[in-house]
Amino acid sequence: MNQKKKFSVRIFLYAVLICVSAAFLAPVFIVLLNSFKGRFFISEEPFSFPDSQTFAGIENYINGLEKTEFISAFGWSVFITVFSVAAIVVFTSMTAWYIVRVKNAFTKALYFIFVFSMIVPFQMVMFTMTKTAGELGLDTPWGIVIIYLGFGAGLAVFMFCGFLKSVPLEIEEAAMIDGCNPLQTFFMVVFPILRPTAITVAILNAMWIWNDYLLPYLLIGSEYRTIPIAVQYLRGGYGSVDMGALMAMLVLSIVPIVIFYLFCQKYIIKGIVAGAVKG
Amino acid sequence: MALKKYFPIFVMPTLIAFLIAFAVPFVLGLYLSFTEFTTVVDAEWVGIENYLKAFSNDDFLNALWFTVKFTVVSVITINVIAFTLALILTKGLKGTNLFRTVFFMPNLIGGIVLGYIWQLIINGVLNFAGVTITYDPKYGFWGLVILMNWQLIGYMMVIYIAGIQNIPSDLQDASKVDGANRLQTLRNVTIPLVMPSITICLFLTITNSFKLFDQNLALTAGAPSKQTAMLALDIYNTFYSRIGWEGVGQAKAVIFFVIVAAISFVQLALTRKKEVEQ
Repeated sequence: MNQKKKFSVRIFLYAVLICVSAAFLAPVFIVLLNSFKGRFFISEEPFSFPDSQTFAGIENYINGLEKTEFISAFGWSVFITVFSVAAIVVFTSMTAWYIVRVKNAFTKALYFIFVFSMIVPFQMVMFTMTKTAGELGLDTPWGIVIIYLGFGAGLAVFMFCGFLKSVPLEIEEAAMIDGCNPLQTFFMVVFPILRPTAITVAILNAMWIWNDYLLPYLLIGSEYRTIPIAVQYLRGGYGSVDMGALMAMLVLSIVPIVIFYLFCQKYIIKGIVAGAVKG
Repeated sequence: MALKKYFPIFVMPTLIAFLIAFAVPFVLGLYLSFTEFTTVVDAEWVGIENYLKAFSNDDFLNALWFTVKFTVVSVITINVIAFTLALILTKGLKGTNLFRTVFFMPNLIGGIVLGYIWQLIINGVLNFAGVTITYDPKYGFWGLVILMNWQLIGYMMVIYIAGIQNIPSDLQDASKVDGANRLQTLRNVTIPLVMPSITICLFLTITNSFKLFDQNLALTAGAPSKQTAMLALDIYNTFYSRIGWEGVGQAKAVIFFVIVAAISFVQLALTRKKEVEQ
């Protein structure tokens, strides 16, 4: 009896999981289907398979790639994400080490301000930051890397400091006695120990920067497009959206992320959990 | 210690970037919220006038109410569903990892792309009734709730799974031996012990829902007539599509910041108390 009951519970749980999975996969699948339909057939019946009348081949993809300059947008997204994440990981870990090892009123205040910046929503500094950065000539893909370093500093310094507090001093002191200067000590001894936190910081920041729309749109959007800007660009004026091109560009935006996710899943989920627990 | 002399190398790069991107704009923003300006340099002191204007602005009050309603509904639905899924996925069923992979996936897709995916789906469903998502603000509201659930359930579920797996199994066995049924075990053992995860998930869902912008912009852009605009979008609109209202936009942004900061403090203080020492 008990055995039988357990079996039916199990069947029920699987049924629930399969239904929820379908709800999670269907939207992406529907977008994929529609990306192969003619642009005028999409809004009318989004849930039907393309047939001989509505099938448009890869026309939407060609159209969308041209309209949005998607390939260059992809390039800029990669450029900005890679350099910003690298800058955040290297510079904030150095800063965190300094804050933890040089204990005085100044570093305490610095730590407090970094942590404080984490709870401030972007809108608070949206206008003034855009103006300041523009004045300083930072409205370029290189400039935005500096802005991302500044914005990402709060969470990253906080996480590195949290980890560093539990790292014993002895190893560093030994390196110093052996004649290493602080820079050598940091990169040869401390940074390797920080690796797990560095991966978490890199993943959290990569996800944020890759998908960020408003900051790059305001700062460099008139000259350089990232992927979110390219997708939003298709909206244009009211009623003039090319649904076909939009569907195709949605697919092209999702594919690289899904591939990346399937390869680095273990690190991503671990990083997210670690980041959440500390944040 | 020799490290102290290395301040320019270790701290300066981060500090300068932080000053430019955050600290200076933050202070400048506070100041400008008390002035009337169009280009920052032409600011004139007007006292609290911008704040009075903000609080008597219907768009702002509507956005505030919409945001609060949205946050309450999505925080409850997301956490209940995510926690339930986490309980199912920690029962040792086969294929658990595959399901976890699927549920987590939407979290990696950006807000703008998410907005357009769901615009297609929701318009497709509403098409059977001959309307679109911008026909009635309640469609936009529920559309956003569904979208947010789809995006964040997997994320929260992963955190809950980690929390549940951290519970020492002898505690659950002990409650079984003592004759507790499943519900009692859940209420008296599991939930108190995953309180840290609950704190984190509530905090993440509240702040993420409250600060939502990209999804809102892509799904409805506030239509019909700004009725589905959330706070972040309303602030954006005040800055960039209403000339002469930059000061009011900045005042709204300060109010927004104060609310978000208050939520963060209250929420953390409240739930930290309930956490069980392990």
